[in-house]
Amino acid sequence: MTAPALIARELCVSFHKAGGSVQVIHDVCFEIAPGETLALVGESGSGKSVTSMALMRLLGKANRVSLSGQVLLPGASDGDFVDLLAVDDHAIRRLRGRRIAMIFQEPLTALNPVQRIGAQIAEAVRFHGGCSRRAARARALELLEQVGIPEPRSRLDSYPHELSGGMRQRVVIAIALAMEPEVLIADEPTTALDVTVQAQILALLKQLQRDNGMAMLFITHDFGVVSEVADRVAVMYAGRVVEEGAVGAVLERPLMPYTAGLLASVPKLELAGLPGAPLATIEGSVPDPARLPEGCSFHPRCREYRPGICDGAVPPLADLPGARRIRCARAGEWIASEESSHAD
Amino acid sequence: MGRYLIGRLGQSVVVLFLVSLIGFMILNLAPGGPLSQFALTPGMSQADIQRLAVQMGLDRPLIVQYIDWLGRLLRGDWGESFRDGRPVLAIIVEHLWATLLLMGTSMAISIVVGTLVGIAGAIRRYSIFDYLATVGAMVALSIPTFWFGLVAIYLFALKLAWLPAGNMITIGDGSVLDYLHHLVMPALVLALVNVAIWSRYMRSSTLDVLHQDFVRTARAKGLPRYRVLVHHIVRNALLPMITLGGLQLPTILGGALVAETVFTWPGMGRLFLDSIGYSDYPVVMGILMLSAIFVLLGNLLADLLVALADPRVRLA
Repeated sequence: MTAPALIARELCVSFHKAGGSVQVIHDVCFEIAPGETLALVGESGSGKSVTSMALMRLLGKANRVSLSGQVLLPGASDGDFVDLLAVDDHAIRRLRGRRIAMIFQEPLTALNPVQRIGAQIAEAVRFHGGCSRRAARARALELLEQVGIPEPRSRLDSYPHELSGGMRQRVVIAIALAMEPEVLIADEPTTALDVTVQAQILALLKQLQRDNGMAMLFITHDFGVVSEVADRVAVMYAGRVVEEGAVGAVLERPLMPYTAGLLASVPKLELAGLPGAPLATIEGSVPDPARLPEGCSFHPRCREYRPGICDGAVPPLADLPGARRIRCARAGEWIASEESSHAD
Repeated sequence: MGRYLIGRLGQSVVVLFLVSLIGFMILNLAPGGPLSQFALTPGMSQADIQRLAVQMGLDRPLIVQYIDWLGRLLRGDWGESFRDGRPVLAIIVEHLWATLLLMGTSMAISIVVGTLVGIAGAIRRYSIFDYLATVGAMVALSIPTFWFGLVAIYLFALKLAWLPAGNMITIGDGSVLDYLHHLVMPALVLALVNVAIWSRYMRSSTLDVLHQDFVRTARAKGLPRYRVLVHHIVRNALLPMITLGGLQLPTILGGALVAETVFTWPGMGRLFLDSIGYSDYPVVMGILMLSAIFVLLGNLLADLLVALADPRVRLA
């Protein structure tokens, strides 16, 4: 197996406010191999975006946010790593955009409204590559072609408001790809787009990933998108990873009740006139990170809740065969029933 | 663009006409008037006053006076002062450059210092500097300029004797250094309020931009900190400041009534006040029209500059 392109180890994030500090991300661990896509899934407020921002240290000043754990990129020699959370401010800026890049949810606001798009792309090249303006502009043109923008030469001098949402997202992708990063974090890159444009952007990302062999962390709440792009999926709830595994396995046989609930609440396409199953929902909402329930954070909303088992200690992320992990107090029962169903 | 400018200029002509009409009428409806100062002059008979009125054209109906004044103005004749018979335009120009010197200097200080203080306060929000700047701005905005002026005169002119207490030059001197020496105190006192205004606007404008998605994009590119600050944050935060500058432009011409009085600065503010006192209507009307022109020009200039600086804005 090749060495991972990105490793997150026991990543924790706390926000400090006047009333005290609140931990919003707890012990998040994952690895992504080169060319692999890990989808990070969860409801709004589950901590997936905060996780992605924390990986690049984009969350804010040290007096407002504290990060712990490790975010590792391969170092200069084999078996050597660079910890993004440990390097100084100058070093992290040299890594951002060059080795780890990010694309964002809102293409409409992700670009500087008063700067031409060619300049915004070239800027990403110029400050890392130390190359001339002319070379950076040539690279920007190349990138616009690569992300499929029609008439790229004339678009170099366009302003963001002159482009459609899908085109702007392509520009954002071009900026992220400028230095051919090893890791690309995509924070709900298609959520704000029309369905047809969504499919185009997903196809583009997959193709670029094939070409560059990037590792991709794809954040989404849409299981349709997950099955489309991801190799593996990690489900987050209340700042913790609660289930992780290969996409096929998790989507077909979710073991953690939260994952099962999420999958059941995905609307299926029904033909008019035919009776469809009523849409399942998960009762309640994601808890306030400042007042997480005791034990498993999900137990107040869980259908499989057993008093005394689920509300004791926070269950560990248990390793299962097939590179699968779940965080559930009743994990043993699910594994047993899984095995017996296989035996049948 | 051409059509836009023609449209704006057309609007301006209408506004100027209304300003002139309303200004003229209000001025003449006020009690007193240019002849009242002669009423108590010994040896001045009613017939003498009547003769003066005929001589100055004040015996005619108000509307006729207005049309006559407007007609001359359109031909470039601003009229003569009631006080000393000199051409209004010459009197205004004399005072104008004194005001431009004072207000221009003070405005330049305010914009530069205010903008920098605002940016620093925003990026170091809730720091000691930010608190001091906020409190300082509140103090500067809530205490009247004349008080600051008097305190400054007391301290720097009377007690320390570093700076002159008023006037624009020392009689018999008039070198550049002498001008600057007289300029320092009124310019800084006047700047105090405007630094406060500019820093507050710039601070909130910068805070608005600071948390925009495109700033995060710029950071994620790995740009150096100054590059993010200058090209992405400040560049966008300055856009609303252009409009503020346009609104403040006329005050450069209007002068500062209070500050010019406190520092006996021979500018437009004092000319305006004196002219009202003497019921010197031609001069008052001249200043009024010039101020209106500056207000319109300031707004037009601001709109043009915004369109130039912000590609999303279209002039239509």
